[in-house]
Amino acid sequence: MSQFTIKDDEVDIVIGALQPDLTSFMEQWRPFFSRFHLIIVQDPDLKGELKIPEGFNLNLYTKSDIDKVVGSSSNAISFSGYSCRYFGYLMSRNKYIISIDDDCIPAKNSNGEPIDAISQHIINLTTPATPFFFNTLYDPFCEGADFVRGYPFSLRSGVECGLSCGLWLNLADYDAPTQSLKPDLKNSRYVDAVLTVPARTMLPVSGINISFNNELVGPALLPAFRLAKEGKVRWETVEDIWTGMCVKVVCDHLRLGVKSGLPYVWRQERGNAVESLKKEWEGVKLMEDVVPFFQSVRLSESAVTAEDCVVEIASSVKEHLGPLNPTFDRAAETMVEWIKLWKRVRAN
Amino acid sequence: MAAAAPPLKDELDIVIPTIRNLDFLEMWRPFFQPYHLIIVQDGDPSKTIKVPDGFDYELYNRDDINKILGPRSSCISFKDSACRCFGYMVSKKKYIFTIDDDCFVANDPSGKQINALEQHIKNLLCPSTPLFFNTLYDPFREGADFVRGYPFSLREGVPTAVSHGLWLNIPDYDAPTQLVKPRERNSRYVDAVLTIPKGTLFPMCGMNLAFDRDLIGPAMYFGLMGDGQPIGRYDDMWAGWCIKVICDHLGLGVKTGLPYIWHSKASNPFVNLKKEYKGIFWQEEIIPFFQSATLSKDSTTVQKCYLELSKQVEEKLGKVDPYFVKLADAMETWIQAWDELNPTKAN
Repeated sequence: MSQFTIKDDEVDIVIGALQPDLTSFMEQWRPFFSRFHLIIVQDPDLKGELKIPEGFNLNLYTKSDIDKVVGSSSNAISFSGYSCRYFGYLMSRNKYIISIDDDCIPAKNSNGEPIDAISQHIINLTTPATPFFFNTLYDPFCEGADFVRGYPFSLRSGVECGLSCGLWLNLADYDAPTQSLKPDLKNSRYVDAVLTVPARTMLPVSGINISFNNELVGPALLPAFRLAKEGKVRWETVEDIWTGMCVKVVCDHLRLGVKSGLPYVWRQERGNAVESLKKEWEGVKLMEDVVPFFQSVRLSESAVTAEDCVVEIASSVKEHLGPLNPTFDRAAETMVEWIKLWKRVRAN
Repeated sequence: MAAAAPPLKDELDIVIPTIRNLDFLEMWRPFFQPYHLIIVQDGDPSKTIKVPDGFDYELYNRDDINKILGPRSSCISFKDSACRCFGYMVSKKKYIFTIDDDCFVANDPSGKQINALEQHIKNLLCPSTPLFFNTLYDPFREGADFVRGYPFSLREGVPTAVSHGLWLNIPDYDAPTQLVKPRERNSRYVDAVLTIPKGTLFPMCGMNLAFDRDLIGPAMYFGLMGDGQPIGRYDDMWAGWCIKVICDHLGLGVKTGLPYIWHSKASNPFVNLKKEYKGIFWQEEIIPFFQSATLSKDSTTVQKCYLELSKQVEEKLGKVDPYFVKLADAMETWIQAWDELNPTKAN
């Protein structure tokens, strides 16, 4: 299989800064980040100036930049907390975007060497996905593997990959109840595989370590679903879960792939699961309602771009989920606003 | 320190098809000896296949199969490892583990020998999660759990009907791939078990497979292959497509991943190509058929599902080749034979 090489300037690494000092984070990633252009977006709620080490090719966006661009629609769309990274996506003009939470550092392989998560994401995005039939040897395009006996030949060219979901060692992305019940549960299992999540199968997309093809699905990576008491630790948000389901529906409809597995990052301790658990658990109940909706939503044939798809999903959300809770209504409105903003920014 | 009793010792049969010999059992002895074996001897029934001492077993050759099933024996393949499904039918146990006679004990990355049977049992005894994908794979494995965003209402899972294991060394490639990559070996140990999502088909390999006979047994028919048939090396594939449609319909789970075994023998790719040739083309019609197959609400047992499926096979695939009419018929015969040999489970 020929290796597909991309130009470094086709990649943007987008980092949402929720902590004021990014020095340690960026130094640890320097060997893997330094080739690429970075977009750093400071959480608009984070006061003061960010500490960023020298030697990176980067653009920094702060609250004032967000206010300038988003302007009058700032009523609908909030870029606070983890959602600040979406502003980075909005500003990016590059084809591939990779995003990692600022409390993650490179994981180490069995030889103790740091793992280049960026390269792995790029490989995932630039090799085909296989959503229509499951390959039992996982990614057939990786070195040393192939399609197994019984895999239909007509499906072996695969489809383009829209989204690549990486994983986490140490502090895994568990929810607060799970982590509270099992405070010592750390993920130490390194599963050496990338696989395509089959078409029409939903999954929880964690925003901690992801990448996507901005040209194909960019508009679907959207800040829309905010809990009333959304916080600054992942245990207190579900915005990425909502967005992930939107992206999966879009990919399934547009016949694009979603991959999950490698690369791993090392996620550091932050926050307290029990403390997060004490806060209102509105999010959990809401997500239960959401799952059957996303599993069954179907888009029209005329939706041929990610923008079209998002608008249709928003309309469907308003119709079917809106009556259940005002949060869904707001989410639907925000999705529509986001597409308008996306188009406006692209037009300039 | 007293060793724990082998799990499911009296509830599981190991079914092994063979035409050569059973020398491979020596390596498996520490893991298999506590269990009952069902040997299905393919090929010349006058040949004696020696079973290594110390194993508790029953052995069936072609004469036995013909005697036991009478005219219904026509549904059991000859000169093809598909004949193994006869072993599933005569077993009286709840669980089956089947393995090929060229599969040996593999080592995990730490160098420790892998007890494949023990892992299959673990897989079968804990739930599957086909309705929503867990990004950390099997949430019931030690050291893992459901991730954030996984719906709480789906965390109980469903019963596991099938555990599909993998192979290190010689991978299960088809003939064209074998011809292009004769030296490729699978050396990647992927430390995961995962549920194949509902609505997704997969190529099920019979080399290293376990299942719950009570939950899915009647659907594990390995089709008409080998002598007198236009196709070979699609027995397990056919069963895999059937069981997946039925498991999806009945709300049962299918897992794949660990355990690994060491597959030692690469079969001749030219011989394989001749056997697979028609299958490679027919597959292109068969897959869309299974992908769109739906079963009626009234099909509430495996047998009912399987018979409904067999009618659809005749109706829709019969147009592709008359072989499928014969196969649909054989599927019906299989169910009749199964019900006769397993009367208490019949509806």
